[in-house]
Amino acid sequence: MSVKLIISGFGGQGVLLLGDIIAYSALKEGKNVTWVPSYGPESRGGTCNCQVICSEKSIGSPVVDEPDILIAFNLPSVDKFMKTVKKGGIMLYDSSLVKEKPKRDDIKIYGIPATEISDVANMVMLGAYIELTKNIKLETVVNLALPEKLKGGKEKFIPKNIKAIKKGIEYVLKNFNF
Amino acid sequence: MKKNLENKIEKILIKGNDAVVEAALRSGLNGFFGYPITPASEIIEGFAKAYYEDLERKKKGLKPKYPEFQVFLQMESEIASINAALGGAATGKRVLTASSSPGISLKQEGISYIAGCELPVAIIDVMRGGPGLGNIAPEQGDYFQTVKGGGHGDYRLITLAPNSVQELAEFTCEIFELADKYRNPAVLLYDGYLGQMKEGVIFPKVKAKNYDRSSWAADGNKKGREKHIITSIYIAPEDMEKHKLRLKRKYDLIEEKEVRFENYKSDDADIVIVAYGIVSRIAKDVVEKARKEGIKVGLLRPITLWPFPKKEISQIADNAKAILTVELNMLGQMNEDVLISANGKCPVEFYGRCGGVIPKEKEILEKILEINRKVK
Repeated sequence: MSVKLIISGFGGQGVLLLGDIIAYSALKEGKNVTWVPSYGPESRGGTCNCQVICSEKSIGSPVVDEPDILIAFNLPSVDKFMKTVKKGGIMLYDSSLVKEKPKRDDIKIYGIPATEISDVANMVMLGAYIELTKNIKLETVVNLALPEKLKGGKEKFIPKNIKAIKKGIEYVLKNFNF
Repeated sequence: MKKNLENKIEKILIKGNDAVVEAALRSGLNGFFGYPITPASEIIEGFAKAYYEDLERKKKGLKPKYPEFQVFLQMESEIASINAALGGAATGKRVLTASSSPGISLKQEGISYIAGCELPVAIIDVMRGGPGLGNIAPEQGDYFQTVKGGGHGDYRLITLAPNSVQELAEFTCEIFELADKYRNPAVLLYDGYLGQMKEGVIFPKVKAKNYDRSSWAADGNKKGREKHIITSIYIAPEDMEKHKLRLKRKYDLIEEKEVRFENYKSDDADIVIVAYGIVSRIAKDVVEKARKEGIKVGLLRPITLWPFPKKEISQIADNAKAILTVELNMLGQMNEDVLISANGKCPVEFYGRCGGVIPKEKEILEKILEINRKVK
């Protein structure tokens, strides 16, 4: 099993961190992972994305041309990447910022009002991702990934992040039928 | 739960450039000299962090984490950095400098002097787009300037090309060892893509070999032994020739002993892709896809770009119907060596993307299908 993701948004929305946490958690669950950021001179305010692959087998190319899953935090990201999602794939988008519901019939699309739910919108998306895909476990994120990624004075933000993740999970459970 | 998960895997998720720093420190690095440049800046940042954290530890009376790491200097330029590395190596210390393509251009004069002086300096080149200022996106445009020697005079640089973050860590240790073993500059050459990418890594347990540098190092002549002179000047033509023939013997020995490559399913292949670095990983997936379509494709990945796996490619040219070289540049820089190695024994084609555009599996597969139609 191999899952290819693209996570995209504005610089500052926590796009790279979200990808990093997903990759780190998958690694800790015994998978092989790659994480590639878009790097450029345009960090803050500009668009920013990362490509993540989590796989049980060793990973050949780390390049994600056709993602299984797209997490889009703004309209430019939906416009740019929705068409690349594999048939039968999944798109999660922040419906508080993307007002018009994106349309594509051959993929599953989930709108999560992440920015309205919490100011750590990336963590709400992480919760939704965990609940919708079951690709990583909540306890791996809570016990291992967050303490690793939020250290050196940032520990105090861990409870707030966990709360936002749980709100993302709740939103999915309440609003989408499986 | 927490403990179980931790026991299961001890891989560290780390960025390519950060893995290089950690591996260099674990290899007993004594000094780093550099000047920041994207996409190699994490390297100088990492060394600065390690160095100043150890200074803080020492102030508090704690044991430093990397006691061998004695000198960190951000120099005023790339030219100063390479010459500082020359000086550090001349005293018999393990030194490193790192930069990206335009910075490596600036270092070329110093690299030529280091090769002439036969000093074990490790150099890292994280390739970006060129010529000129180019851009900061990944390219493989520095094959010529590294493998063919971008500085003046004829000399060789041992060049290793990793294709994963794990190999970045392992080969960092290797370039130090190779530089010391042959008293020759050694380069770790990779594209910005690998430098920026994160992967799980298990750091190799390295114990730096204790190279005896006492016969040549200019390390302070306290006991009044014979003077050690490190120089690249040989005024008399006969002396210069003698020096160069000695270098040539060394280069021949390296070509005989140190060739490294990865052969992936190329023994029975009709078409063999030759690619290194990030491209070789895309090519590996193409091999699988092509085989599913019934075309026998293999991959030969040069790990040492110099010494180049000439013999292996020559053998492939004997057996395969065609070779396809894929690179992140427009000229087909490595392809020139592939052509020389194949020596006309089979057709050699080239496919390159550049400017930071990474070739898609589909594109390479289409090229393979096209070649397959031609050679059938």
